[in-house]
Amino acid sequence: MDRTLDRTITVKVNGREYERSVEPRLLLSDFLRHEIGLTGTHVGCEHGVCGACTVLLDNEAVRSCLLFAVQTNGREVATVEGLDAGPQQLHPIQHGFWEAHGLQCGFCTPGILMSLVPFLEQNPDPTEKEIRDLLSGNICRCTGYQKIVEAVQLGARLIQEKSS
Amino acid sequence: MKPAAFDYSAPRTLEEALDLLADYGGDAKLLAGGQSLVPTMNFRLAQPAALIDLNGIDELFFIREDESGLRCGAMTRQRSVERSALVQRATPLLHEAMPYIAHSQIRNRGTIGGSLAHADPAAELPALAVALDARMYVRSVTDARWVAARDFYVGLFATAMLPEEMLVEVAFPSLPPGSGWAFDEVARQHGNYAMCGAAAVVGLDAGGAVEKARLVFLSVGEGPVEAKRAAGLLVGERPTATAIRAAADAAATQDIDPVGDIHAGPAFRRHLSRAVAERVLSRAIEKAAGKAIEAGAH
Repeated sequence: MDRTLDRTITVKVNGREYERSVEPRLLLSDFLRHEIGLTGTHVGCEHGVCGACTVLLDNEAVRSCLLFAVQTNGREVATVEGLDAGPQQLHPIQHGFWEAHGLQCGFCTPGILMSLVPFLEQNPDPTEKEIRDLLSGNICRCTGYQKIVEAVQLGARLIQEKSS
Repeated sequence: MKPAAFDYSAPRTLEEALDLLADYGGDAKLLAGGQSLVPTMNFRLAQPAALIDLNGIDELFFIREDESGLRCGAMTRQRSVERSALVQRATPLLHEAMPYIAHSQIRNRGTIGGSLAHADPAAELPALAVALDARMYVRSVTDARWVAARDFYVGLFATAMLPEEMLVEVAFPSLPPGSGWAFDEVARQHGNYAMCGAAAVVGLDAGGAVEKARLVFLSVGEGPVEAKRAAGLLVGERPTATAIRAAADAAATQDIDPVGDIHAGPAFRRHLSRAVAERVLSRAIEKAAGKAIEAGAH
């Protein structure tokens, strides 16, 4: 059997199931963008350093450029497109970024938001040091991070207000 | 597409994986967390003919304790090691050092066995394994053997494993009572490759003299570098600040022979090594003694 041949995978992305035939060498980042048209996952360095392509795999933040799409067969992926509940209904973390000017060009933002979702679930009231530790895995060249830290703090507050 | 084409298999058992590894006869790479392998494939620096994906082999994911210490399956995620209460209790040095490894998003996927077998000289886990006197369990279709960590690393990205062998487990023996430990590293930004790092494990006798000392560097040689002269200077001595400084100095000037790269030249690496060695030895000794270090004679 030629193992380089396409194989069929079924993967749930943002709650919706997709079945596609893929080459084993297709990266998850390219699968999301080119196969199912979810271009919110941005591709920056393509070697795991910049964090722009971060998505959730079974609710854990991972680099989609360092995973092959075949490895997600039968698993659940979440991307930035799944964050808001609809038009004008931003996720509280997105709202924090909007209000606190946590972005300029926005290229790094999807990866940062996806890193933050499990982080704030596990640590709803993080210290500034914990926030900066988490952000160390995401490179932003516009903002100098100060506004991003403030946006995370605001997002964390908004989540808590929403759940109380 | 970025990576070159490859054969892909996803075995469900260790035996299946070992069979595949033998069948490919050195042409296959094992895919663990992929956090080092996939970047090199994306750049096409690595173009393996085949990938054997180990992520579906449940028997390689475990953390447990036996009478000799801690045992981790090779596919245990670095994040699981970091969060394990068992690791924190049984092998606190490992627990303490995990957050230095890259970023949380990388540790979510990266594995303990993948990093140990990749043998990157800048990686934390190989240096920790040598410092903790870990033993590696290596399997092939026909053979099974334990290799001491200090014999496992034989050069730049090179281990004592044969092409058909695979690292399946790592065992960390418990430290005896009266031991102290510490890890530290210097990087431009937290999570980046360290320009220098070191792990220290020190044992004191009942009288407070050094009975055992191990100091292992990362990022200053072709693999983890054990500072044997430095350790030799400390053993049998009272661990005063003066003695620690002399040991750190010997480590930086005699035990290592760092080469420069764009991040740090050889002289700067020696400077960092001296500082990091003094720091980790002091912290390890304070932990072992349960009190602050004496100044010592000048």
